Amino acid sequence: MLDKNGIAKRIAKEVKDGMFVNLGIGIPTLVANYIPEGINVELQSENGILGMGPFPFEGEEDADLINAGKQTVTLLPGASIFDSAMSFGMIRSQKVHLTILGAMEVSENGDIANWKIPGKMVKGMGGAMDLVASAKNIIVAMQQVNKAGQSKLLSKCDLPLTGVSCVKKIVTELGVYEILPEGGFKLLERAPGISIEQIKNATAGKLIIDGDIKEMVI
Amino acid sequence: MINRVVKNVEEAVVGITDGMTIMLGGFGLCGIPENCIAELVKMKVKNLTCISNNAGVDDFGLGLLLQTKQIKKMISSYVGENDEFERQMLSGELEVELVPQGTLATRCMAAGYGMPVIFTPAGVGTEVAIGKETRKFKYNGEEKEYLMEKAFEADFAIVKAWKGDTAGNLIYKSTARNFNPVMAMAGKITIAEVEHLVPAGELDPNHIHTPGIYVHRIFQGEKYEKRIEQRTVRKK
Repeated sequence: MLDKNGIAKRIAKEVKDGMFVNLGIGIPTLVANYIPEGINVELQSENGILGMGPFPFEGEEDADLINAGKQTVTLLPGASIFDSAMSFGMIRSQKVHLTILGAMEVSENGDIANWKIPGKMVKGMGGAMDLVASAKNIIVAMQQVNKAGQSKLLSKCDLPLTGVSCVKKIVTELGVYEILPEGGFKLLERAPGISIEQIKNATAGKLIIDGDIKEMVI
Repeated sequence: MINRVVKNVEEAVVGITDGMTIMLGGFGLCGIPENCIAELVKMKVKNLTCISNNAGVDDFGLGLLLQTKQIKKMISSYVGENDEFERQMLSGELEVELVPQGTLATRCMAAGYGMPVIFTPAGVGTEVAIGKETRKFKYNGEEKEYLMEKAFEADFAIVKAWKGDTAGNLIYKSTARNFNPVMAMAGKITIAEVEHLVPAGELDPNHIHTPGIYVHRIFQGEKYEKRIEQRTVRKK
């Protein structure tokens, strides 16, 4: 079973040279730590950064320079700063190639829910609705099973939706899945040591297993 | 040169009264108009509708106006860091309209560009779309549904900039820019508080982010706390 860093490490393999990438809060943020050497990407932060760098060294934090998770960050050579409208302009016009974000639920047709639990938790959608509505390539990083042991890969989302038919790929502690255009979670890889049986038990929606499923290499 | 300078924060906020709609720049606690927020608390204006990406934290930023229950309605995209906000919202004391962040920014932009509506794909098929007009358009080779959203109307916009001049021109620093430029364009009256106020002519016109035409009142703020919400560092 993968831990959070394992999920991030596996997703990092999806990041290709020359991509502009938006990383959501949580596990997606960790992806930045595992982008292979020689792959040149620029990280976009929707509060107005392209070319976001790592956390600053102790004592060099700047209150005026934060990422979308409100963490202090740095800028890399070639970085640029812009306002919030332009930031979502580049997202909407699909200049940002890849969006990696977390989810509470994903359905077999690629719907995603991650902003609200009615009556309990309402934090808001932030930039997630804009990102999922426009990005061509969306990868979800999530735990497949919640604390109560229930699957979060469903035939239909129970929670209020963030976006409709938008998720392309999902990486969880158990495996990697592709959402098929006609619907269904197609299993692509198993996490190290995870059996098909375990994956079946942890998937409530339509699971498609085609041939021999290899263990992932990370 | 048209002089936009007001003496201090008290003069800057003259005319803000109960029940008004106010835009406030900032992302989290980054680039928020600290001086004006403190003054609104002092003035005790109430029943405000505030348009701001976030709602501050319990004891700073817009959280201060929530503590004193001066806000009737919040229009924001993300409000996760504020317990008092959550309490007031879940108990129904506070009206909340959650808006996708890009839609929020673009509804400000539309106001400043003189466009009454925008069409965005954000929120199509979700509860954000309830009661709103949708239309199909072809864009980037793909036909899909777009949601019609209206430009904001705000009595006042309050922004924070790094440098400003007496003509009201503004320059922002780093990600403290965020919503400030688009909100500056969107207020019927725009108030700018700046860290450094300089005479007109000192700022390079090529480097101005917000032209003074959008800024009706400017003053030099003081005692900026610039609180950091998530101090994240790495070891040398």
